[in-house]
Amino acid sequence: MTEKEALFEYLLRRADDSLILGHRLSEWCGHGPILEEDIALTNLALDLIGQSTEWFQYAAKVEDKERDENDLAFMRIEREYKNVLLVEQPNGDFGKTIIRQFLFDHFQNLLFQRLMESKDEQIAAIAAKSIKEVRYHLKHSSEWVIRLGDGTEESHDRVQDSLTDLSRFIDELFYQDEVDELLIKSGIACDTSEFQKEYRKNIQAVIDEATLSLPEKLWQLDGGRKGVHSEHLGFLLTELQYMQRAYPGMEW
Amino acid sequence: MSKKEWPLWEVFIRSKQGLSHKHAGSLRAADAEMAINNARDVYTRRSEGVSIWVIESEKVVASDPSEAGPLFEPANSKAYRHPTFYEVPDGIKHM
Repeated sequence: MTEKEALFEYLLRRADDSLILGHRLSEWCGHGPILEEDIALTNLALDLIGQSTEWFQYAAKVEDKERDENDLAFMRIEREYKNVLLVEQPNGDFGKTIIRQFLFDHFQNLLFQRLMESKDEQIAAIAAKSIKEVRYHLKHSSEWVIRLGDGTEESHDRVQDSLTDLSRFIDELFYQDEVDELLIKSGIACDTSEFQKEYRKNIQAVIDEATLSLPEKLWQLDGGRKGVHSEHLGFLLTELQYMQRAYPGMEW
Repeated sequence: MSKKEWPLWEVFIRSKQGLSHKHAGSLRAADAEMAINNARDVYTRRSEGVSIWVIESEKVVASDPSEAGPLFEPANSKAYRHPTFYEVPDGIKHM
């Protein structure tokens, strides 16, 4: 694998995480539990889709094969998407959406904090621009985890179930392979194992305050980074890609 | 399940430094922190603000509409209280 191929792959992983989670959040549009939260979730969706646009634009430039950001976002098949499994998990109830967001936000925050120091100027710039959004996402999701966990008996039980369920996807956030190794050597990527403990500590603090508990380590799922997804991604892509598949190349 | 609604909050936004906070609208939130977050999402998503105030609507004391006469009408006939007899120099904004 050349450094260029690794960089393209690395950028797709960043872009797909944001795109797929952004799409999931956009499914809440018009269905939020209250008007204010409906707008908040849609804002998060737009932030994430905006981030993915920047990652895709850079990926297209690196790949240099006459594909643009739209081709990358809309015209690949399922096995070519490299997002982690966590972000493609269905919304469930509001509490589940919040737990999914919470687990992802804390990861993205620590990742982007380090990518701001990347030797690749474009990566550093995207991370620096996005981190302000991410810090708000993190505040938003963490506060909701506390409210729901330390709320009523019903809200507590529901988010506890979601936390238990989604905790199976935590380790995959830190998944690394030859793509990362190659880019870590050249100072472009960062080593996620360096902040895995910090991540645990950060989420644990919120989980404690929310009177929730992180289950004893359950079986951990992975595969997303290699394009091996859960059954949910195909359905999501069908909806996400519908317009471009039905009317190839359409713009509006 | 409880049907109790969250309290209503009034939102004030300062659109830029040097201007005062202006009433932007109201929203529902369980507490002050959530009210600030919601106000940020509802009222500043198009860069409308640099600062937010929120206050629980029930804390706002309002004048009684039936007293509008005694409260406001006496000022109507006192044109000399308006600073309209001055020339405003060029370049003065927000007057």
